[in-house]
Amino acid sequence: MTTATTSASAAVRTYRDYDRPLWQRIVLTRESAIVGLLVIVAVVATLTVRGFSQPITLTYLLLDVMPILLIALPMTLIMITGEIDLSVASIVGLSSVTTGVLTQAGVPFEAAAVIALVVGAACGAINGFLVTVVGLPSLAVTIGTLALFRGLAVGLLGTTAITDFPEFWTDLAKARVGGSNIPVVLFLFLALLVVFVVLLHFTPFGRGIYAIGLSKAAAHFSGVHVERTKLILFVLSGVISALAGIFYTLRFGSARGDNATGLELQVIAAVVLGGVSVFGGRGAIPGVIAGVLLIGVLASALRLANVTSDVINIITGALLVLSVVANSFLAWLRMRRRAPGGTPRVEASTAG
Amino acid sequence: MEKTAVTKRLQAVGAAREFGILLALVIVVVAATVANPNFLFSSDGWRDLLLTPSILVLVAIGQAIVIITRNVDLSVGSILGLSAYLTGRLFVDLQGIPIVLVFLIAVVFGGLLGLVNGALVAYAKVPAMVITLGTLYAYRGINVLWTGSDRINASDLPKDFLALGTGQILWIPILTIIALVVLVVAGWVMKNTRGGREFYAIGSDPAAAELYGLRVTRRLLIAFTLSGALAGLAGVLYAARYGTINSQAGAGWELDAVGAAVIGGVAITGGVGSVWGAAIGAVLLLTINRALPILGIPDFWQRAVVGALIIGAIVLDRVLAVRQRRRLIEAREDD
Repeated sequence: MTTATTSASAAVRTYRDYDRPLWQRIVLTRESAIVGLLVIVAVVATLTVRGFSQPITLTYLLLDVMPILLIALPMTLIMITGEIDLSVASIVGLSSVTTGVLTQAGVPFEAAAVIALVVGAACGAINGFLVTVVGLPSLAVTIGTLALFRGLAVGLLGTTAITDFPEFWTDLAKARVGGSNIPVVLFLFLALLVVFVVLLHFTPFGRGIYAIGLSKAAAHFSGVHVERTKLILFVLSGVISALAGIFYTLRFGSARGDNATGLELQVIAAVVLGGVSVFGGRGAIPGVIAGVLLIGVLASALRLANVTSDVINIITGALLVLSVVANSFLAWLRMRRRAPGGTPRVEASTAG
Repeated sequence: MEKTAVTKRLQAVGAAREFGILLALVIVVVAATVANPNFLFSSDGWRDLLLTPSILVLVAIGQAIVIITRNVDLSVGSILGLSAYLTGRLFVDLQGIPIVLVFLIAVVFGGLLGLVNGALVAYAKVPAMVITLGTLYAYRGINVLWTGSDRINASDLPKDFLALGTGQILWIPILTIIALVVLVVAGWVMKNTRGGREFYAIGSDPAAAELYGLRVTRRLLIAFTLSGALAGLAGVLYAARYGTINSQAGAGWELDAVGAAVIGGVAITGGVGSVWGAAIGAVLLLTINRALPILGIPDFWQRAVVGALIIGAIVLDRVLAVRQRRRLIEAREDD
């Protein structure tokens, strides 16, 4: 085993074995592993946890994870380019406060919500500008804007909460389709899901996103607008986070400055669990959705089984660590097995 | 014009990355003191100024070392919380345990948790951000599981120990002295020893460091262990200072620690910065919090100011880096 490539990406990024049969290539991906795990956990939960199989559980589960599901979509794209956005939960808070303050001031809710979306876009644009034009690392930028946007939200509203929203909208946020248990907002999510899947997996723009994550320079020389792509993604992340913020506000009927504090870590945990490499270049939306749902199902089932939310935290953390460690362990095994027959095939390292 | 040694020295100080942030700190303190002399010139004000940031300084030093190796440790807040509760439990369960022993146990305990992070990062070759995000959850979960709804109160802790948290020697709080000693040692090691310089080498270019024969794995283990041990020490001091420890002690400190390092000029891309900068960054972060109400700004805006400060600091860092590169290129062309 050659150890010359020391950068972690070589081990983390599993290379695809194109000489394997198609079914193996599909089954042996990380995305399939997470989907499989999700199915197993769901089945076990249904069989063993009293109350989990009730349809209403599914409704609440979906409503609970909806903000994470929404924000995970743009986060996936951003992380595939090798960047990160830690400010998403703060944008949720800021858009929540914006909606609340404007509604309280007499602005119609619909207009307030639109303005909140614009604020979200502006927040994303600030992130994008600092990352692409000024050329700063996104981890540092978004730690800064995490504090800045959250500070604006808390500063605008203090410790008070605004709870007066039109009933039509608060009902809609919790509404279910007809007599079924399917939340109405699920359709909003599905619509966005289709947009993001098409964008990432079926357009030149999407291929550009992967190219940027694998090698910024190579992507640039292949004609990908690296900076413009990243800027668009950060703005998109801001808008979707604002949307999640409006949903969050309506769902709980309360606009507060500290709404959704810490949500960014949950989103990133789910995205990474779903197979997106923080080094960029790897990952797919189906895996991410499975990652979000896996954490959601686990949390929901354990809560019903009277396990405290803290054990859920341990399990979430352990799952995250195990899944990435298992991944690099498998990559290492495969490299080792190949080594005697020639040089191991490893994708060029791009980290750093 | 001939430059004397003194002006050269002064210029070096002025050009140092830490200078700008120190200046900002001085301005904040002066402004707050002008607005209300009690900010500095009362015994409480003076003590708070030194005492409040001391614990974060320790965590920020460890964080700076890890970031200099081009990694990050998001689990420090959880490690701090765990060792703070461990400290409380030791005093409750083993009545009469020597305070020194408690310090030792908590530091070793924190170091072990850090070693787990380091081993996962170094051997599994998984990005530190992901690993420590995982252990942030896991350690905090263990903490809450262990603590439950229990809470350690000041009445459970020995008086001598609590006296450490508030006591002072010659107007300087004991916690501040501890933080300063650690800072001086860490600063000296990072600047002058081979091991310290290797942290920078690894952060500047990990692949080159490996090819050059540096023991990258071992250095990473050391960096994370140090970060954990300092968070462990911070946990003991947290217990001494606040006396009350519940399961949420230190929650969210990871971002403050990273923020302090970044404000203090430690580049998130590794290889650049100093523990001094991170320490000043930590002091600035927490001093602003106290200065805002005095300056007439409701402290609700504190996080916004901190955010603007972090962004300002990294933009400044970038501007300086670009200027420096241009100057180096000019210098090369002149030859």
